[in-house]
Amino acid sequence: MVYKFTKNPEKRTLPRMEAMAKWMKKNLFSTKGNTVLSLFLIAGLIKIFTPIFTWLFIDATWIGDAAACREGSGACLAFINEKFTYIIFGPYPREEIWRPALTMVLMFALLWWSKEPSRWSKKLVKWWAGFVVLGWILMSGGLGLAPVKSTSWGGLPLTLVLSFVGIFISYPFGIALALGRRSQMPFIKSMCVIYIELIRGVPMISLLFMSSVMFPLFLPEGVSIDKLLRAQVAIIMFISAYMAEVVRGGLAAIPKGQYEAADALGLNYFQTMRFIILPQALKIVIPPSVNTAIGMLKDTSLVIIIALFDLLSTTKASLKDPEWLGFSVEGYLFAAFIYFILCFSMGKYARRLEVEFHRGHKNREVNI
Amino acid sequence: MSTNPIIEMKDMNKWFDDFHVLKNINFQVNNGEKIVICGPSGSGKSTLIRCINRLEVHQNGKIIVDGTELTNNLKHIEKIRAEVGMCFQHFNLFPHLSIVDNLALAPMWVRKESKKEASERAMHFLEKVKIADQALKYPGQLSGGQQQRVAIARALCMKPKIMLFDEPTSALDPEMVKEVLDVMVSLAEEGMTMLCVTHEMGFARQVADRVVFMDDGQIVEEAKPDEFFDNPQHERSKEFLSQILH
Repeated sequence: MVYKFTKNPEKRTLPRMEAMAKWMKKNLFSTKGNTVLSLFLIAGLIKIFTPIFTWLFIDATWIGDAAACREGSGACLAFINEKFTYIIFGPYPREEIWRPALTMVLMFALLWWSKEPSRWSKKLVKWWAGFVVLGWILMSGGLGLAPVKSTSWGGLPLTLVLSFVGIFISYPFGIALALGRRSQMPFIKSMCVIYIELIRGVPMISLLFMSSVMFPLFLPEGVSIDKLLRAQVAIIMFISAYMAEVVRGGLAAIPKGQYEAADALGLNYFQTMRFIILPQALKIVIPPSVNTAIGMLKDTSLVIIIALFDLLSTTKASLKDPEWLGFSVEGYLFAAFIYFILCFSMGKYARRLEVEFHRGHKNREVNI
Repeated sequence: MSTNPIIEMKDMNKWFDDFHVLKNINFQVNNGEKIVICGPSGSGKSTLIRCINRLEVHQNGKIIVDGTELTNNLKHIEKIRAEVGMCFQHFNLFPHLSIVDNLALAPMWVRKESKKEASERAMHFLEKVKIADQALKYPGQLSGGQQQRVAIARALCMKPKIMLFDEPTSALDPEMVKEVLDVMVSLAEEGMTMLCVTHEMGFARQVADRVVFMDDGQIVEEAKPDEFFDNPQHERSKEFLSQILH
């Protein structure tokens, strides 16, 4: 459906309650059959959600110990309360927790600042580079901060680092691979095809295994590369292959006439790509690339198999505390809630970007 | 005629796979000359002009544009493309850029002009095609005729020596054809070398120095417009004219 940005005059003249009644009459109770169906569905929804709501909030044990939880009939939110620090920060030393916390705050602040396309500039890239350096120092120590090994990083900061760094860095790689795959130079083309198909053809777990088990075997004795870094490289390699295919879809959607017009004006290949083709292609692929990004964010939970403690792993570990056995539903719900917030915000932001970039098409109609 | 042609094709041949689309073309255009190329669809007329800026690659024979031979040499191709402007049937404006940015992009990056310089000339040519008030809009907000005029202005911003028109009015609604033809006529009056693939016979009579009739990949007849329209020599030209003039 195509909507025009015009306001419906009827809507504004009606008071809110009246408008709601009208809406309900039109959409829920328009015929006898619809009325029956609507009532039936509303009753069903109430039936399902009342017990969940009661369990989660009304009957919940908010504070207290495990014994108090076991007496109560609702959710044991005290468990989340008790394990919150461990789930979020993992095995990071307790007295240093302000460091990952500060890193996360800085990251969210920078993300918030970066969300306006008008602020996208070289300066912003420098800010991000600065953040990566600062974040690295904060997390791992140095400059007077006690060193903390990356093996004891964990929880939400680890998930965020692995996924956001993975997604951001793999995006340019993905673009390069997609362009390479469409290249007319047979060597470049076949290299890109081989890379993409090879990486896409294996599960991410196998790449992570290779990075943690196989790769060190090829290094000379005494040389070791940080496990987290190896996992991060494996994740970047993996996401790049997927992003490449997403971007290729966008490139294929650009009409031949755009290339011809750019050629006819004398623009060279890189100018054509940078100014004409990629801006249009990347705009087209916002929805599928966010789809891939959301998938990848959740896939980072696979690093558990190489003993890195991301958000899901720390949640699982908290469930094993003998004192607090039996509250796995609460634990998993909490982890799911955080994942949902992250993924939902990404999706929501992507929709905003789509609207923002949607210009120049007839009369600024927006097609969502 | 002058002995110094700006475009020269010698025994030029082109195939699309096994299909022989241009057969042994020998053809010259002099500086400042206006040529209208017509012929039935599939006769190779678009392909012929697209070979001049190498949107299509010819397989043998020679094409020399302004003293530079078209080969696989990228430097030569870029040089020729910067000097040869082109307008397409479907305009091919860049939908994500505003009108003025559509015009200023190539001068800035190909001619290395400053943004100010490029935008000023963009505005100059938009004035010329009578569309300067739309400069900040996007292509999708303009009518077909306006878009084609923008496309002409975009090509002119590169200060081309030669302009190629590939059926510039075929995709337009009838009431918009005139505004585009008017721009082309005024361009011709200024002495631009022009090659137009078009079926606008009124335009051909008014502007062309020479009409080239193509059929089946060959140049069948070349003549001054009056001679061609009033007294076509070749059987196929006669047949074609009887079909389009009713």
